[in-house]
Amino acid sequence: MDLWFTNIANYIVQLLMSWGFPYFWADLILLLIQWMCVLAIVVLDVIILIWLERKAAGFIQMRLGPNRLGPFGIFQTIADAIKLMTKEDIIPNKVDKWIFLTAPLFMIFISVMLYLVLPIGEGLAVVDLDVGLLYFLSLSSLTTICVLMAGWGSNNKWSLMGAMRAVAQMITYEVPLILSLLGIVMITGSLRLSDIVAAQSHVWLIIMQPLALICYFIAATAELNRGPFDMPEAEQELTAGAYTEYTGMRWALFFLAEYTNLVAVSALFVCLFLGGWHGPFLPQWLWIPVKTYVVICVFFWIKWTFPRIRMDHLMSFSWKVLIPLSLLNIVLTGFGIEIFAWVRGL
Amino acid sequence: MVLKNEADLKEDADVKLLENNGVFCTWFDKIWNWGRARSFWPLNYSCNCCPIEMLVAGGAPRFDIARYGYEVFRASPRQADLLVLAGPVTLKMAPVVRRVWLQMAEPKWVLAMGNCAISGGPFRDGYSVLPGGDSILPIDVYVPGCPVRPEALFHGMLELKAKVEGKR
Ligand code: SF4
Repeated sequence: MDLWFTNIANYIVQLLMSWGFPYFWADLILLLIQWMCVLAIVVLDVIILIWLERKAAGFIQMRLGPNRLGPFGIFQTIADAIKLMTKEDIIPNKVDKWIFLTAPLFMIFISVMLYLVLPIGEGLAVVDLDVGLLYFLSLSSLTTICVLMAGWGSNNKWSLMGAMRAVAQMITYEVPLILSLLGIVMITGSLRLSDIVAAQSHVWLIIMQPLALICYFIAATAELNRGPFDMPEAEQELTAGAYTEYTGMRWALFFLAEYTNLVAVSALFVCLFLGGWHGPFLPQWLWIPVKTYVVICVFFWIKWTFPRIRMDHLMSFSWKVLIPLSLLNIVLTGFGIEIFAWVRGL
Repeated sequence: MVLKNEADLKEDADVKLLENNGVFCTWFDKIWNWGRARSFWPLNYSCNCCPIEMLVAGGAPRFDIARYGYEVFRASPRQADLLVLAGPVTLKMAPVVRRVWLQMAEPKWVLAMGNCAISGGPFRDGYSVLPGGDSILPIDVYVPGCPVRPEALFHGMLELKAKVEGKR
């Protein structure tokens, strides 16, 4: 069962080659199919997640959440999607047109590209880069540029303020995010995500790196602009933040990208700390989605139970608490590795 | 009861003919209106005491507007579909409300909530209050009450849903 998808992929390549395609073209077509699968997974995931978030919010606030449309209101997101697609597309007169129009496209493009390096099972990544972790982190911080584009291009004071906040937040939280992951790289000795997961076959890194886990989780919440760190979109202060001027489908693209990012970051979290595809009973490719959804539910839980944190507290929390903690984690990990090697040598 | 002109009647006859011959017809409008009617996102706008009832309808566990999927209150008029005109519109506020309404993207609807928004209510004879919101905006549904109970607001929204789907 573990090898279903690998077998399907091999079968497709062999089929294409038996039809007379050279190996290069067969591989390229397989890559295209994989891309399509990634896109389908992304859209399906987001439709389910938005419904799940509304249900989770209802559950936490002792409400029911959507329940009129289909069983448990599961078609609610589809109605919303139809509505957003058919809404008028307003491009205000004074916006910087190209920047305004391309910002959502870049954002969704970058978020989908994050999925390429995530290993869903043993040998089941679309491209298994040897600098996968670096690729993921650098691309996910690029989405902030798109938020800045949206805020600057809209030519609106709320948008610009929201975008500036997003950038400030990104610069602050990118540092602990990366520093906290250094410990993992030290232990596993690789930046390739499948190597990192393979190294967890006996013990998950959540046990070896509890401090990094906490730092990474908080920094990732801030990176994703999710509550309690949703300063760029703070409704009560900034209308809708960087997205104030966007209507209908363009706004929906930002929304889609945010949820796509959420899934990608949760999946990375699973790969780094929760043992990726390792687990009993279920096949490998089922373990990653299951664990990812559990992590996503924790994100929902945090968002709907904490009030929004103030901007200056947000900054000082990162510089004064998270960065020292993640530096301490690196030191402790270094000692740990040395002691472990010494004990082994005895 | 919707009055139909001659062209509509002819179209109906054509569709009947096709359906009798085993062809299923529908309109994109029907699908779109199906979606639109089920996801009104109200604007975060309010003037006086009625809005408190609106917030209760939106956020309180006892009423919970989220059941119908109308709980996404958007702060930016660009992303809202429904302007719930709650409370009296003062003369000073009138141009602002109208501007906010103009900023909303089509298709958009207005729901007058409470006696004040319908006719000025207890402030009707005041020097500073508009005698009803319909003197500046096209209002789709009127929900009377002072204040409007959340159930009544839900009823108004469901009436609006029926209106959007062409059932009324
Ligand atoms: S209708 Fe009554 S409750 Fe509503 S805003 Fe007017 S005075 Fe207040």
